[in-house]
Amino acid sequence: MADFFNIKARQAAAAQASSSKAPTTKQEPNRLQPWVEKYRPKTLSEVTAQDHTIQVLSRTLQSSNLPHMLFYGPPGTGKTSTILALAKQLYGPELMKSRVLELNASDERGISIVRAKVKDFARQQLSAAPSYNVMVEDKDAEGGVKQVKYRDKYPCPPFKIVVLDEADSMTQDAQSALRRTMETYSKMTRFCLVCNYVTRIIDPLASRCSKFRFKSLDQGSAVTRVEDIAKLEGVRLAPGVSEELVRIADGDLRKAITFLQSAARLVGNNKPAKGKKRKVVEDEEEEDDRMDVDSAPADSDVVTLKTVQDIAGVIPERTMDDLENAVLSSRNKKNIPYAAIANVVQEMIAEGWSAAQTVGQLFERIMFDERVNDVQKMKIVGYFSETDKRLVDGADEHLAILDLGLRISGVLCQG
Amino acid sequence: MALLVDKHRPRNLESLSYHPELSDRLRALAQSGDFPHLLVYGPSGAGKKTRIVATLKELYGPGVEKIKIDARVFQTTTNRKLEFNIVASVYHLEITPSDVGNYDRVVIQDLLKEVAQTQQVDLSAKQRFKVVVINEADHLTRDAQAALRRTMEKYSPNLRLILVANSTSNIIAPIRSRTLLVRVAAPTEGEICDVLRVVGKKEGWRDVEGLNARIAKESGRNLRRALLMYEAVHAQNENLTENTPIPPPDWEALISQIAQQIVQERSPARLLQVRSELYDLLSHCIDPTTIIKTLTWKLIPKTPEEIQPEVVKWAAFYEHRCRLGSKVIFHLEAFVAKYMRVYESHLMGLDFD
Ligand SMILES: Nc1ncnc2c1ncn2[C@@H]1O[C@H](COP(=O)(O)OP(=O)(O)OP(=O)(O)O)[C@@H](O)[C@H]1O
Ligand SMILES: [Mg+2]
Repeated sequence: MADFFNIKARQAAAAQASSSKAPTTKQEPNRLQPWVEKYRPKTLSEVTAQDHTIQVLSRTLQSSNLPHMLFYGPPGTGKTSTILALAKQLYGPELMKSRVLELNASDERGISIVRAKVKDFARQQLSAAPSYNVMVEDKDAEGGVKQVKYRDKYPCPPFKIVVLDEADSMTQDAQSALRRTMETYSKMTRFCLVCNYVTRIIDPLASRCSKFRFKSLDQGSAVTRVEDIAKLEGVRLAPGVSEELVRIADGDLRKAITFLQSAARLVGNNKPAKGKKRKVVEDEEEEDDRMDVDSAPADSDVVTLKTVQDIAGVIPERTMDDLENAVLSSRNKKNIPYAAIANVVQEMIAEGWSAAQTVGQLFERIMFDERVNDVQKMKIVGYFSETDKRLVDGADEHLAILDLGLRISGVLCQG
Repeated sequence: MALLVDKHRPRNLESLSYHPELSDRLRALAQSGDFPHLLVYGPSGAGKKTRIVATLKELYGPGVEKIKIDARVFQTTTNRKLEFNIVASVYHLEITPSDVGNYDRVVIQDLLKEVAQTQQVDLSAKQRFKVVVINEADHLTRDAQAALRRTMEKYSPNLRLILVANSTSNIIAPIRSRTLLVRVAAPTEGEICDVLRVVGKKEGWRDVEGLNARIAKESGRNLRRALLMYEAVHAQNENLTENTPIPPPDWEALISQIAQQIVQERSPARLLQVRSELYDLLSHCIDPTTIIKTLTWKLIPKTPEEIQPEVVKWAAFYEHRCRLGSKVIFHLEAFVAKYMRVYESHLMGLDFD
């Protein structure tokens, strides 16, 4: 899609955030960005797997009206990307800056700030849309670049948008303060709240919004997206790797893409800037980077399942076997094999395996293990619950994991 | 004079002696230009920091080694002034936000924005972005972590983060989703021996293989500790043999002694005595987790096998309590009391509870 304008829009967004600094600097070439940013969807239609939401939002593009909205869902499912893309498509580069206010958890957001910043912005006069005969280039058009009217391309509806990203980290008080503000200015302002945990948004606020749930990305479409990116970057994937990437990332596309990038670098595909020194690259801004696959080295090695699992911090089956065997060796015995379990756990801790990962993988195994009967499983789940809580509270991992192992083992030896 | 740990710290990826695959991976990332945010985790003394410094050097060249310390003052919303130290080179900064406790969010917000909005001063810099290394990232408050989220995306043209943590369990999912996880395993005992030999050679010390092996074992695969012990042994003895005793740190010796006392006599009087020793440890800034853990490991070999799991159960329980509660000493003492009770009831062959 129109990359030239997106770059401008991005600069505009950056300039808005840093009001004092003018964007006089040259934009960093796209290829030197982390891939998650490079492949952030730039239009609604590029957002994968959120079909329902996208369908509804695309309709609002035509109708030029918008309700207050609440986007919620797990990390890396496209919430921020969607609202930014929507805003861009509504206003285009010229108006993005004056019509959209983006606040997020990295901004100070106590009550006073919400009052001040949001009110100030909401109160401002609507900036005028470019007059009807301003032309822009449309790179999407069939048959190459075409001149189209700005207002035809961007509807420029007569309201402003306040995006409160990561709204779940706003205090209750700040949220309450927002209620009035939302109503007072609703004629000219739409709010979009974005969060991971919808339950952290107070009811009166949530009930004022149309809610859009962003699903954890399912295999099909996420896999396609990963494969597309791999193709554009010239990374060769062994069969099954793209599925594995999405599976390990737990439906979080951002994570899947980061893993992909790291895997690509690891197998030696690190020549994206080959033959194109930085200075050269700067002239290429206007070039459609998505078409630019020529720098893909033909001899790049293949990313394998093992590479991917290594990178994702998945604990190898062998290590998990050791742990599970040590724990289960108490079956039909009188005593818990303390030394055996303690040794495996100590080893795992020294290897640096994340406790959360250990707990997750152990759970998968024990709960589907036929050697453990149902009554025992019911007791064991409780221990997993306790351990998870402890880890989140910041308890020591070594003690927590060792305790978990011993307790599971204890359940088995009673039986 | 510099400690051995610092004196012979490898300065670039080539000279890192263990985990060659990891070094390759970091080099590939550093050379690629589109370096992602990293979350580097692993047990302490595994060499996380050394590896990061080496990676920075790969990114920027020797300039990153010219560092200075900046004392900065931040202001909270309640107008409290916070003093905060920043270690910085032209290309990167290093901060430890947990130094300012619950105010870490303020510091992170202000500082990262400032960094993100200023360009790299050195125009010939190899990278457009600056790197901010955040130490003890697992101690960041939820608020501070939340504050990082969009910052990491929005400012990614000018800013990369390297978060350093002992574990990832405390890092919120949205942050984990924005970083590439890099696990640094502790070196094996064999690898520790290799390092000791090399360092010893540079110092001109006589190589005593058996002693090195013992140090490696004692250190619990913690390289920093191993080097400290190695230096201490050599400083305190003229003629080293395989059996030269390795002096443990004071606090560890005290904990050994406590363990001994607890097992010897399980009585209220003894508990009282132990309490003052625990206070002593705390007043020397030994953190409660280290105390409970070390105490547990010292107690276990002295404990009848049947009740070892029970001891771990309570150690884990009270360590968790230490985190949540405010009076650490209560929980430490409760653990000791619990141990005595479990031990007694085992001896008498009945359950008290
Ligand atoms: N549905 C999607 N379609 C295409 N790309 C996606 C999608 N979801 C996530 N991505 C990729 O992941 C990156 C992050 O997505 P985004 O910032 O929208 O996530 P988010 O839902 O806002 O997450 P968080 O809750 O952590 O803020 C994007 O830059 C893009 O590369
Ligand atoms: Mg987001």
